[in-house]
Amino acid sequence: MAEYLIRNGFVFDPVSGVNGDRKDIAVKDGKIVESVSPSAKVFDAAGKTVMAGAVEIHAHIAGPKVNEGRNYRPEDKLFNAASGVGGMRTTGGFSIPTTFKTGYNYAKMGYTTAIEAAMPPLYARHVHEEIRDTPIIDEGALPVFGNNWFVLEYLKNRELENTAAYISWLLRASKGYGVKVVNPGGTEAWGWGLNCLTVNDPVPYFDITPAQIVRGLIEANEYLGLPHSMHIHANNLGNPGNYTTTLDTFRLAEGFKANNRFGREQTMHHTHVQFHSYGGDTWGNFESKSDEIIDYVNTHPNLTIDTGNVTLDETTTMTADGPFEHHLTELNHLKWANVDVELETAAGIVPYVYSPDIKVCAIQWAIGLELGLLAKDPMRCFITTDHPNAGPFTRYPRIIKWLMSKEAREERLNTFKHAEKVIGATLLHGIDREITFYELAQMTRAGPAKALGLKDVYGGLAPGMEADIAVYDINPESPFTPDQLEEAFSAAALVIKTGLPVVENGVVINNGNKRTLWVDAKVNENPQVMRDVEEKFLKYYSVTLNNYEVQGHHYIPNPYAIQVDATQ
Amino acid sequence: MAKTVTDVTCPFCGSLCDDIEVQVSDDGTKVLEVFNACAIGAAKFLHTAAKDRVTRPRMRQEDGSYKEVSYDEAIEYTAHMFVNSKKPLMYGWSNTNCEAQSVGHEIAEATGGIVDNTATVCHGPSLIAIQDVGIPSCTLGEIKNRADVVLFWGCNPAHAHPRHLSKYSIFPRGFFTGKGHKGRKMIVVDPRNTDTMKLADVPLQLEQGRDYELLSAFRVAIRGEELPEKVAGIPREKIYEAVEVMKNGRFGVIFFGMGVTQSLGKNHNIDNAIMVTKDMNEYTKFAIIAMRGHYNVTGSGQVMGWQWGFPFATDLSRGFARYNPGETTSNDLLRRREVDAIMVFASDPGSHFPISSVREIAKIPSVAVVPDINPTTEISKLHVPVAVNAIETGGCCYRMDNVPIDARKVVEPPEGMLTDLEFLTRVRDRIAELKAQAPAGVRASAEAVGA
Amino acid sequence: METVTLTIKKAPTLYLEAEIISPDGLAGKTADQIRALPVHMGNEEFTLGEFFDLAGAPGATAEETKVVVTGDLSRVKYLGMKMSGGEMVIESDADMYVGAWMSGGTLTAKGNVDSFAGIGMKGGLLEINGNAGNYTGSAYRGDWRGMQGGKIHVKGNVRSDTGYFMNGGEIVIDGDADVHVGTHAEGGKIVIKGNAKSRLGGQMVEGTIILLGTVDVMMPGFKYVRDEEVDVDGKNMLMSLYVGDLGERHRKRKGEPIYGKLYIRKAAPAAAESREVRLARAREARKARFASPEETASA
Ligand code: SF4
Ligand SMILES: [Zn+2]
Repeated sequence: MAEYLIRNGFVFDPVSGVNGDRKDIAVKDGKIVESVSPSAKVFDAAGKTVMAGAVEIHAHIAGPKVNEGRNYRPEDKLFNAASGVGGMRTTGGFSIPTTFKTGYNYAKMGYTTAIEAAMPPLYARHVHEEIRDTPIIDEGALPVFGNNWFVLEYLKNRELENTAAYISWLLRASKGYGVKVVNPGGTEAWGWGLNCLTVNDPVPYFDITPAQIVRGLIEANEYLGLPHSMHIHANNLGNPGNYTTTLDTFRLAEGFKANNRFGREQTMHHTHVQFHSYGGDTWGNFESKSDEIIDYVNTHPNLTIDTGNVTLDETTTMTADGPFEHHLTELNHLKWANVDVELETAAGIVPYVYSPDIKVCAIQWAIGLELGLLAKDPMRCFITTDHPNAGPFTRYPRIIKWLMSKEAREERLNTFKHAEKVIGATLLHGIDREITFYELAQMTRAGPAKALGLKDVYGGLAPGMEADIAVYDINPESPFTPDQLEEAFSAAALVIKTGLPVVENGVVINNGNKRTLWVDAKVNENPQVMRDVEEKFLKYYSVTLNNYEVQGHHYIPNPYAIQVDATQ
Repeated sequence: MAKTVTDVTCPFCGSLCDDIEVQVSDDGTKVLEVFNACAIGAAKFLHTAAKDRVTRPRMRQEDGSYKEVSYDEAIEYTAHMFVNSKKPLMYGWSNTNCEAQSVGHEIAEATGGIVDNTATVCHGPSLIAIQDVGIPSCTLGEIKNRADVVLFWGCNPAHAHPRHLSKYSIFPRGFFTGKGHKGRKMIVVDPRNTDTMKLADVPLQLEQGRDYELLSAFRVAIRGEELPEKVAGIPREKIYEAVEVMKNGRFGVIFFGMGVTQSLGKNHNIDNAIMVTKDMNEYTKFAIIAMRGHYNVTGSGQVMGWQWGFPFATDLSRGFARYNPGETTSNDLLRRREVDAIMVFASDPGSHFPISSVREIAKIPSVAVVPDINPTTEISKLHVPVAVNAIETGGCCYRMDNVPIDARKVVEPPEGMLTDLEFLTRVRDRIAELKAQAPAGVRASAEAVGA
Repeated sequence: METVTLTIKKAPTLYLEAEIISPDGLAGKTADQIRALPVHMGNEEFTLGEFFDLAGAPGATAEETKVVVTGDLSRVKYLGMKMSGGEMVIESDADMYVGAWMSGGTLTAKGNVDSFAGIGMKGGLLEINGNAGNYTGSAYRGDWRGMQGGKIHVKGNVRSDTGYFMNGGEIVIDGDADVHVGTHAEGGKIVIKGNAKSRLGGQMVEGTIILLGTVDVMMPGFKYVRDEEVDVDGKNMLMSLYVGDLGERHRKRKGEPIYGKLYIRKAAPAAAESREVRLARAREARKARFASPEETASA
């Protein structure tokens, strides 16, 4: 592979502690190196910002519900499609872009790794086919466990080892990356049209509570020593007053210690916390409780979060929280899709218009930003939009603008239709903090990479790490307007992915060398779990056991398996 | 000693049963016996063993006779057809795997083609309805484990999806349905007294073409509003009674088929059936599932979805993807003479399209890529026989509930025969060569209509 | 107002996509610039000048521009698409998407137009002197925001799905309408002066349909409330008011549900028509069937 030298840019790399120094970054054979030979191709980054490729920790970008979203929203593509130019594929869609557009758009913004946030194991092949067709970015997917019948039964009986053995088996069968939990117990309850709104609501028939599921899965996750922690979307999402459920959920992680060889410190990652930080008890007195939420996060290093920023766009909500989507369609009457997946999970989809003229939407917008601005440790608070739920990931540059510029967010805040009421129900107006370039690199690179157990691979520019590099046309030492910031982060001047230039001057020029990440966790042989698996497939699944595991080049042409040994 | 291949998927109907066992000859070339499949599924396996099958491409001659040509010649003809066409239609895709569908899409992007699958004459209206009002649904295993009210509307699984009733919907005992069919109420709505209707607890034989009205009446009844005395020939008491059965279930499901998708109003019927399902979710749990016909028509919609964003009828003629049934659907294109070449892939429009469309196919340059002779091959300029998917080659297929299953290869195809994926890949590569030699006219810009 | 006239000089072998032909597309351009504008046929791009002769000149803005298109336009799509002002006249039959997504100005099609005329319309006046196809004044696939405003006047008949997902504006049909008028409507007004077929107002949430002729099968979800005088073209007519669709959701105002309104003229006089008239109508119907043999109403 070729050698490259990115010369003289302002480098922001929390991994090596570089904060805006003018530095050269050298690349050889796909890795960052100390130096390269004189024959290396040189990119002049003078006056530009250089960071590692960004890491997306939570987005819904591949799989059955994303595709149902695409297929059932032709209007999302109307006047929003383009031909492929120069060997690139044709692209389309705004809130749920096609796989090609997804890969290209992430790359354009300097993102080089992404985690698909919810994989229904029975549909794992579908997720992997889409991942295969999403160019450039390395990608892994989190299978959902929080409503899985095996898990519910093992945890009810407090069988830790069996839970862990089953997780290991399912990660291999689905080629998954980690343990995702969505509305624990509530989605199984949705099988009967019901829900679990607190951590103590019992799950119908299974006689277990969300609290038990969450604690059990944290314990099993640490028993296995997986690279990522248990990754949760808690109960009671989206409802006024839900912040207490969120705090209850946070507390479930107390008393556990991270156990892994990947340098991960948290035992719980709570996703899209914006949707879980609501006060009030009706839409009328709906308000921000981001302060109470973030206080807890700031004082508990065993926790990481991502924001779930509302971008004020028309979008398509989709989640394995089936009952929530039903609730949403009852509110906005827009088209509702739902799939309940046997023994495992469910998913719902509803389009949603976050209008700046609606008070609740504007408050949601503010809460997302408050979380990012009030978080004391940017290594534990990551920027997401829970794509496409709070808005499309393509709005990251705009969120960055709002986080880095008080002027920009004040302008937005003050021009809301209900500006005064919004200011009254939120904290944002009183926050002066502006996120720095270094903190941004923590929130979008080093932080998420570390939380995923990938701190030695992605998210940094230290020699030995993957050569995933983004160069932005913005000079941190000269004055710039907020809009210039947004523009610069929208279309990187240069992106290198695993040592290959994929974006130049904001244009995608190469389909890249994408890999599929998954975690191969070895455990001691466990005949009981294997017997249980065989029995459930025989009696309750609609496919045979031998047709369940995802295997083969046509699904995962370029795997990157992370080995975990939990056989001791 | 014959050997047995287990966990085989059946490449016939959308049930995509994956528990088939096939006994094959020692040399791995012949299917000897098929276990677990229904009669139509078994027939498909056994048919591939047919000795009289065409195994080489055939080109139609001036006098109407066919002459055997090599695969190389067939690839050359097909590649040139695409390169010379201003708007080629690529129709079919329901009897092949997702890998072949994907290569087909690359050709469409390179040549400005229109890709349409067999949903266009089948469940296309369902896909349109889903776009209008969504779809609350579930996997077939959920039905088996939970459903206690099962409604079949305009479909006759006893004939078209023979194992559906026993494997998924009526007879199986699941986790919460230990009593099997004794614990399930079965409602059947159809204008004909079908074999499926004969099994029903609540049979409702309606007037032909009045599905929409009856579905609306269900919705009126669900809301407790007043109905006219009779709707679609059915007395209102019966409608209220059926709705009561539905409301009293713990988990209900509607399966619907071509009887509703292709009768008057088409997508509107499905739309209203989906709305019945949505309304029912205010009272209990309810889902709705389309009885998809061909075993991988669903997969074609999925691949098209993630690559272009639409489940069928996608027009790439200007480089970017556009979709509008009524315009970009195969029969509209053929009827309006809007395409100037056609590749039929893994399907048989010759048997399923209206005669005006079939005549148009016979007029324009045409290639049929299908395993064996069928009515379409007999009107095509070129027939390219290929290995039978999911029997002579594997690959990804999507069941009617969108569950993907990796089909197994059971036997070798006849000596020297290509798979459709191999053929298509070589056509794609040849097109790239031809285009590199002589870059075609100006490529459409991304602006204007679709951009 | 300046007038620019485009005369088609070459029949497209397939169909020509000419969304650029609208007051907005041509305003402020010189003759050479207009001739160089792109039109599309299949995967090929051509210049407007290759297909059209040009006379006159456009005004500086859409508002100051009148576009006249003449010749056989039956294989030309997207005429007047997205026009926002000014005037446009299509002198003959035209294909699909006439005046699609238009937001202002006046567009007159003197002949018949095919499907999707005025879809996604926001404003302006679209007049069709002949018949219109399916999905006139409807929403694009999947969109719950159909026609929002403006007016469509079809002097002939319309095929199915008129005003699908209509939210506002007005559609007037002088002739007959095929099935599914105003399905999923949440606003707006549709007047049918001829007869309607079944599914009239099906799944209607709000909005108004006024029918002067007959309907063959009523929707079960409409109930008769009372007779009312309704103003049609300045004349008061006695009509029966039905509300519905009772199977649909309806928001409430002061505790009372707001329904879609369907007015049907009381005892529409059965016109004693001559045998000649009846036969002529049958001939027309047969011709229409032949023009589109298998496509039924909806997609
Ligand atoms: S039901 Fe369908 S998939 Fe199953 S064996 Fe019969 S034909 Fe094959
Ligand atoms: Zn999420």
